[in-house]
Amino acid sequence: MKCRESDFENFPSGVSRRDFLKVCTATAVYMGLPASFGPKIAEAATAAKKRPPVIWLSGQECTGCTETLLRTSHPTLEHLILDLIALDYAETLNTGAGHQAEEYRAKSIEENKGKFILVCEGSIPVKDGGIYCKIAGKPVLEILQETAPKAAAVIAIGSCATWGGVPSAGPNPTGATPVYKILEGTGIPVINIPGCPPNGYNFLSTVLYFVTFGKLPELDDKLRPKFAYGRLIHENCERRPHFDAGRFAEQFGDEGHRNGYCLYKLGCKGPETYNNCSTLRFNDMGTWPVNTGHPCFGCSEEGVGFNIPLHTPANVKNITPAAGLTPINVDHGGGMSTGAVALAAAVAGAALGAGAVAVKKVGQEEKKQD
Amino acid sequence: MKIKRRDFLKGAAGCGVLAAVGQPTFAKAEIKERLPGALGFLYDSTLCIGCQACMVGCKKANDMPVESSDLLPIWENPIDLSAKTLNIIKKYENGTGTNKDQETDGFAYVKRQCMHCADPGCVSACPVSAMRKNPDTGVVTYNKDACIGCRYCQVACPFNIPKFEWDSAFPQIVKCQLCSHLLVKGEIPGCCSSCPTGATVFGPTNELLAEAKRRQQMDPGKYYDFPISSLDSGKTFSREAASYVPQIYGENEVGGTQVIMLAGIPFSKLGLPDLPEKSYAATAENIQHTLYKGMIVPIIALAGLFYFVNRSQNDKD
Amino acid sequence: MSEAKPVGGKVFTGPFLFFLVITLIGIYFLSKRFIFGIGAVTNMNDGFPWGIWITYDVVVGTAFACGGYSMALLVYAFNNGEYHPLVRPALLASMFGYTLAGVSVFIDIGRYWQIYNVFLPWYTNFNSVLLEVALCIAVYIGVLWIEFSPTFLEAKSGTKSKVNKVMIFFIALGILLPTMHQSSLGSLMILAGNKLSPLWWTPMLPLTFLISAITMGYTVVIFESTISALGFKRPFETNILTKLSLVIPILLVIFLVIRFGDILMRGQLGLAFNGDLQGNMFLLENILHILPLVILASATNRKSAKMLFLSACFLMLGGLLFRFNTYLIGFNPGDGYHYFPAIGEQFITYTIISAEILLYMIFVKKLPVLSGHGQAKV
Repeated sequence: MKCRESDFENFPSGVSRRDFLKVCTATAVYMGLPASFGPKIAEAATAAKKRPPVIWLSGQECTGCTETLLRTSHPTLEHLILDLIALDYAETLNTGAGHQAEEYRAKSIEENKGKFILVCEGSIPVKDGGIYCKIAGKPVLEILQETAPKAAAVIAIGSCATWGGVPSAGPNPTGATPVYKILEGTGIPVINIPGCPPNGYNFLSTVLYFVTFGKLPELDDKLRPKFAYGRLIHENCERRPHFDAGRFAEQFGDEGHRNGYCLYKLGCKGPETYNNCSTLRFNDMGTWPVNTGHPCFGCSEEGVGFNIPLHTPANVKNITPAAGLTPINVDHGGGMSTGAVALAAAVAGAALGAGAVAVKKVGQEEKKQD
Repeated sequence: MKIKRRDFLKGAAGCGVLAAVGQPTFAKAEIKERLPGALGFLYDSTLCIGCQACMVGCKKANDMPVESSDLLPIWENPIDLSAKTLNIIKKYENGTGTNKDQETDGFAYVKRQCMHCADPGCVSACPVSAMRKNPDTGVVTYNKDACIGCRYCQVACPFNIPKFEWDSAFPQIVKCQLCSHLLVKGEIPGCCSSCPTGATVFGPTNELLAEAKRRQQMDPGKYYDFPISSLDSGKTFSREAASYVPQIYGENEVGGTQVIMLAGIPFSKLGLPDLPEKSYAATAENIQHTLYKGMIVPIIALAGLFYFVNRSQNDKD
Repeated sequence: MSEAKPVGGKVFTGPFLFFLVITLIGIYFLSKRFIFGIGAVTNMNDGFPWGIWITYDVVVGTAFACGGYSMALLVYAFNNGEYHPLVRPALLASMFGYTLAGVSVFIDIGRYWQIYNVFLPWYTNFNSVLLEVALCIAVYIGVLWIEFSPTFLEAKSGTKSKVNKVMIFFIALGILLPTMHQSSLGSLMILAGNKLSPLWWTPMLPLTFLISAITMGYTVVIFESTISALGFKRPFETNILTKLSLVIPILLVIFLVIRFGDILMRGQLGLAFNGDLQGNMFLLENILHILPLVILASATNRKSAKMLFLSACFLMLGGLLFRFNTYLIGFNPGDGYHYFPAIGEQFITYTIISAEILLYMIFVKKLPVLSGHGQAKV
């Protein structure tokens, strides 16, 4: 372990080396990496070299994705931005404002060309030249197109940035477009962290992974990291046994609802939404919509969230049937027991034997009688 | 032989003439059509998600006991229809089993229960009319006060539906009765009211057939509205139409059934038997009626026999 | 021709005690059946609702009890008085066979306390083949006891009875009723439809079952006559049986022609050579019918008590297998059901058979059934 106790003297929160290692180990585990990677992450994060720079752009967003990071506790947001990364520009968290903030951004981009991470929150409007979202007088579309080629990687955080989100809901008057679409064909690596908002740890883990290993974690065909978006919510939902047993809440407040039954009939989109809400949950308190009694509405899934009505039953995506279901062909048993077969064979044998003996005797008697 | 050949031939000819004159024309099998008020439900395997809500709904509606196939009865998981389970969901799996309603490397669901046939084998079989077809709704019900427990209905059902309480000293036959006790109150069967996706939807069979045909015309992949619970409930479920096999199971099988099915894979794979259009009841009853209608042939035969036996005794004296 | 006389002798012989023990074991299983339900004793299940109780005790049992029917046909309808000595023992076997078949039905059906429902007009379903079988057999049992009553009366009063017009009516009925229900025992399996192998399912079932039943009647007469002679150490009745036995090959030819003609017309003969259980049992069943046909076609064989008895044995087995195949072995409900009779289930069948043998022994020794030839040694 290269980091020493003295490295931690400057931590404002007085975090000990042990606590920090715990944080890094936890981060490793969230991403599905072995716990032994924890020290590696810690080492990379506290390396004597400069903290990795991050530029955070805001498009058509509600700031929920920034807010979600405030709800993390390991690492805390101040720990993250003060010690682990250099957040050079983020409109919500900037100390400065106005021209100074914009100048600082330009300076950071120039200095860290090819090395900084570009985070995009919110969708990018493209209609009418992108005038529906302007920062410092410039359409965010242009800002993105200028900035992205200079970044090492682009992370689109939140449903809006990853597939359009709320602004893109029909009729999409502003032409809200996801980031990856804007950057299509440019060869710039984009990672999508959908959710409304996504779990803060999905974002943090991705950033720390990149910082540690210098490459992106394994992504699916929608550019989402598989460690977080590889399974349907339905697959890990704690109410799944109720679904499998056919126990549903039919209305809010009814007996089934109060018993915590499956919310499928109330429109839960868990069966067609890829995310880790059912396992990781939120706010470090284990809460998530379903366990509060409200059905998931598929906020992170394109085509589901803000598209299919809240209480329309979900399309259950391709998963194999429950093991408990009985197959078409079952063996009902009732076959031969050894004892029964033996008895039947004995009786049949005796009857045939007696018959043979009788035939012989008849022949003998017949001769006598003649 | 004591009887003279001539006399025998005379007698036999006489009998034959009598029989021919008295016998009714060959009783044709009356092909029983579906009743105009026939009720049933449409089960659409492509809409089924295997949630088994219908099994729970059925048990609740009919006050049936839990049935477990485990050593420790924690889960309700019957392996088949039985004296405790009137309705069951079964799964078809092939290969990797990851594609719904696909025959290879896919899976599908099927719901099994009484088909409420237009010409039920069980009704024809039962010597004491314990199995009875309602003359208005066509629902096949069971009357334990008539039943003698002969189990001929079990032999006669091509779908192996009637089950027997083998472990009871006072056993009954058990099968789905389309929740007749709820129908009289104007309610719908338990399986239909609990199905979340409209895979099981209740209605008059002629309307169900029309709905089934509508579905077969759908464009696979396009979104359509599917009714939930019953055809006239007003509640719908919007989803993509699947690719159906061209057969509507129960449309013509053994004379037609009131419960009909649609699926995305061949019905034989779902365990449904391949059956002819003519019901076996029609074949059996045809023979019975030809021989015994009005007991005319037996009575003539008896008269003939009396004549011969009498003669044989007179010959002796 | 000798008059009928009781055979006399001890009732509690070795064989008698053997069958008595079996009967007592059977009574234990019967109690289990009635206290705990059919499932406690049998392996019958929802796929195989009919097991050996129906197949052997009722269907085969009544076929073996067709001696009375076949003899009545020959003696009374075709006026062949010379077979008269064979009538009473045939009647006795029929009487017991049918009565015990009735008892077996009572044991087999689940709601036996309501068995009288078949007689109540507000329940009867005249479309049902089983109703006709039930009513026919019920009446026929009564007819058989009435036909046998002269034997009881003779034993009491010591004088030979006269056959009057009332008896003639019952004799006529006793020919009509088995014709009806033995054919219907075949019709019963028409409703099995797709669950019965095409080797046995055919609308011709009533006809083939009827011919088989009549054939079995003569077969059983030969069988029982020979066994009685052997067992009670009496001379064989070969001269009568020789003449009687000519009917059998004729009936067998008719039977086999109809059977195979029907299968060929439906194009199903290939199934016989599948090598599976059903195919092999079909072949065995027909071999057991063809062998006696070939044996009895020869006049020399028909004069031999041994050959007559051997053919009778083959044909009893053949008739039994024909019925077992139609009801059990050829029956396949699919859906993963299997059936093999359980120990208790078998024992109850053996008890029914034992009871019949016991009763036969008692009746033949105490009542004037067999034509007199001297004292029994067994």
